[in-house]
Amino acid sequence: MGSNVAENHPVSFKWIQAAKNKGATFIHVDPRYTRTSAKADIFVRLRSGTDIAFLGGMIKYIIDNNLYDEFSVKNYTNASFIVNPKFSFDDGLFSGYDPTKRSYDQSTWALEKDENGVPKRDMTLQNERCVFQLLKKHYSRYTFEKVVSITGTPQEDLEKVYKAYASTSAPNKAGTVLYAMGWTQHTVGVQNIRAMSIIQILLSNMGIAGGGINALRGESNVQGSTDAALLFHIIPGYMPTPREQWAKLEDYNKTTPSTKDPRSVNWWKNRPKYIASLLKSFYGDKATKDNDFGYAWLPKLDKAQDASWLNLFDQMYNGAFTGFFSWGMNPACSSANAGKVRQALAKLDWMVNVNVFDSETGSFWQGPGLDPKKIKTEVFQLPCAAFLEKEGSISNSGRWMQWRWKAANPPGDAMPDGEIIYDLFKKVQALYKKEKGAFPDPIMNLKWDYETNGKFDIHKVAKEINGYFLEDIKEHPVDKKEYKKGTLVPSFVFLLDDGRTSCGNWIYSASYTEAGNMAARRKKDDPTGLGLYPQWSWAWPVNRRIIYNRASVDVDGNPRDPERAILKWDAVNKKWLGDVPDGPAPPMGTEGVYPFIMKPDGVASIFGPGLKDGPFPEHYEPLECPIEKNIMSSQRINPVIKIFEGAADTFTTCDPKYPFVCSTYRVTEHWQTGVLTRWLPWLVEAEPQMFCEMSLELGKLRGIQNGDRVIVETSRGKVEAVAIVTLRLKPFTIAGQTVHQIGLPWHYGWLQPKDGGESVNLLTPTIGDPNTMIPESKAFMANVTKLTAQPAKKSKKA
Amino acid sequence: MKVLTRRDFLRVSGITAAGLTLSRLGFDLTPAYVYAAELRTELRIKGAKETPTVCCFCSVGCGILVSTDKSGKVINAEGDPDHPISEGALCAKGASSYQIAVNEKRLSKVRYRAPYSNTWKEVAWEWALGRIASNIKKSRDKSFMEKNADGKVVNRTNGIASVGSAAMDNEECWLYQKFLRSLGLIYIEHQARI
Repeated sequence: MGSNVAENHPVSFKWIQAAKNKGATFIHVDPRYTRTSAKADIFVRLRSGTDIAFLGGMIKYIIDNNLYDEFSVKNYTNASFIVNPKFSFDDGLFSGYDPTKRSYDQSTWALEKDENGVPKRDMTLQNERCVFQLLKKHYSRYTFEKVVSITGTPQEDLEKVYKAYASTSAPNKAGTVLYAMGWTQHTVGVQNIRAMSIIQILLSNMGIAGGGINALRGESNVQGSTDAALLFHIIPGYMPTPREQWAKLEDYNKTTPSTKDPRSVNWWKNRPKYIASLLKSFYGDKATKDNDFGYAWLPKLDKAQDASWLNLFDQMYNGAFTGFFSWGMNPACSSANAGKVRQALAKLDWMVNVNVFDSETGSFWQGPGLDPKKIKTEVFQLPCAAFLEKEGSISNSGRWMQWRWKAANPPGDAMPDGEIIYDLFKKVQALYKKEKGAFPDPIMNLKWDYETNGKFDIHKVAKEINGYFLEDIKEHPVDKKEYKKGTLVPSFVFLLDDGRTSCGNWIYSASYTEAGNMAARRKKDDPTGLGLYPQWSWAWPVNRRIIYNRASVDVDGNPRDPERAILKWDAVNKKWLGDVPDGPAPPMGTEGVYPFIMKPDGVASIFGPGLKDGPFPEHYEPLECPIEKNIMSSQRINPVIKIFEGAADTFTTCDPKYPFVCSTYRVTEHWQTGVLTRWLPWLVEAEPQMFCEMSLELGKLRGIQNGDRVIVETSRGKVEAVAIVTLRLKPFTIAGQTVHQIGLPWHYGWLQPKDGGESVNLLTPTIGDPNTMIPESKAFMANVTKLTAQPAKKSKKA
Repeated sequence: MKVLTRRDFLRVSGITAAGLTLSRLGFDLTPAYVYAAELRTELRIKGAKETPTVCCFCSVGCGILVSTDKSGKVINAEGDPDHPISEGALCAKGASSYQIAVNEKRLSKVRYRAPYSNTWKEVAWEWALGRIASNIKKSRDKSFMEKNADGKVVNRTNGIASVGSAAMDNEECWLYQKFLRSLGLIYIEHQARI
């Protein structure tokens, strides 16, 4: 669900086909019939933006028919935990809602603790305030009648999917889900994934071979760039960005997750070691115990500040920034409401744009509708090396960190990004040394020594990320062994909070050790026979290939599915066999540790406090939707989303001017905004121009034939496209009325190829999920009208 | 039926010249034609240096072998048959990655667009990096906030923002965030958010 894996992650699809050959049932749920659907055993349609209704119905089906895995639900989840009596849910709102702030006071979304601070449980799952009963009650509302009415999916199709998927709760079966932006780009994006997580937990499909919830990431290293925290809210290794209320390192460390349950590992308790080691990797010898390891030098956010993408460009549009780096990106096409972004760029004093090819961002000042003579922005366009012209590692969707070797030199003056960053900072540092300036300490004290023989050396950065012992350690508290100053730490287990170790990103610690560069390994041994390949590249953390793998065994450490054993406890030798276990502790037994070691309670969260929009996923309509009333409740849209109210941000719902549900997507031959692929002749020949897919029924309604040129329009902008009138789309019946859906790819832009068409993001709204602020580009309202009946130069076959 | 890989075929046939002749005659849709087409590639990369890398497009992480000739020029890029994820396969994008390396539209010079200008100007790295550094300093010094409206220490640069990049290697991403955070930026975002 939420992905078109055959077209957008084609090589992974060969493994789906291999699974099918071994008897797996392949289900595809999507608004549109794609090449993924063509290979599916079961394909069903749903209207864009209704996944929670679809999945909520499945949760109800699983509970009503007793199809959940009782062992796992009782032992490895918080189903038995008791919830605060003041927690409630009524007509679309959870307890604690403040309509003036559009946010919740979450204090009642809590689990009850006993006198020792350990969560209270009812292992019979009968207590009416236990998580399981609350779950049952919440989803009892997701009846077939309502789900059909919201999603437009016929009941027999729902039943087919629910039955087939629920059958994977048997311990000898595995069910996995592959999702992509079809789930994230919604105002309920996080809760879409939460809904599926709850299903996976109920069916015991987490932490097992062939299980899990798998994000099909769209960029080759978006996993790694997220791990490295190129995001406002985290610093490397998923630690929170410092905020004003945590003035000292001590205050920051007070927010370390804790538990009073002796059976919960709560691995995050080690966070003080990781932040101290991170600061040492930033400031080296200048970071001392006496100065809080330089913690004061890190920038702090305001108390509840959100500096994410949509807010960033809103601020830029309002003139808040003089300078801007667009490094290896093309926001003039990739951002929701791209028209607003293009205007925002004109408000800057200067912009640095680093790319392999020219882009609509670097050249925004000569774009359509803009007059260069009126644009002050000074633009630097820096040419960078392509992936095969430099050395370094990237991390794929499965967390495999794979090393890439340099095959050729970059053309002309182009340089690897790393070298550009390295040289640029040296220039900045020299300027501050010469001229002083505002608060120079973090610049002057930064450790910036990544050269070998006078040249930038990427291996030195890789080692910095892994971490070093900074002093001789006679007897390490972990293994009582001796470690020498200047050697690489074997793993994050050896990091300390006293300044004697450094580590740039704790989750990558163990990737580059005294034994060598683990990411560069190319051995293909596969001892489990499950395709884990533990000596091919390296996976974070500590080369664990399947996380939460302790959930795959019973309380005695025996694999629940002996045919697909990723882990097994060797009781004689007291050790785990198979994958790297989620912590070395012996199996859970009756007194051992719980399996989900990163969760403070040690178990998977069916009840999930911590998100802004509720502990259980609830269906709300997209911000722009085709129906007046949410069939589930009086709350039409997610009650906590931030509404942007500036002049460039307009929204329409149930407006006859924009009657069709619109979605955006990708094709195999292009990538993202096309910033690379629109310059490759082979790919442009295959997919030369913007198109708009619509059903035969809608074509008839609007008098549009296959191959006609059309205009697609929203309240934000319009784009031209070639019409593909096709059987792949069909109208939905939603709450008794006919709703049409259209779709367009988002790969194009005015710069290249000529006449290829504009960016579809001129249409999309500035609105985000309340937790992640990922924009809702998968469900908004648009109109489509015929422009000319002339057949396009290269018309497509329906 | 056992499917012959190109490597198997070379091993058993040993008749590269014959393969070429057949393909020139245009025997369509026969296995020989397919093998011969591949043999042409094989000949083209004979004596070339093969360097393993991983595809730059989606996140599956497929292996690519890049062949360079003696002058260091990229002459071929194809799926890496030894790679456990992709086993030699590539999609249309990965299979076109040769055209990223050999492409006359690549940016190969540093370009500068002055305020209100309608053209690019080619400039030297030294000049460009120097001017960017001085712009950074100007923007930072002007917008640096030691204490916020609540009177709390925040030590940050409010006037500069950054987006990017999932297109960089892990080591580069780490170095880049270190650079940005040392400057005091908080508006640090990238592809993962959209």
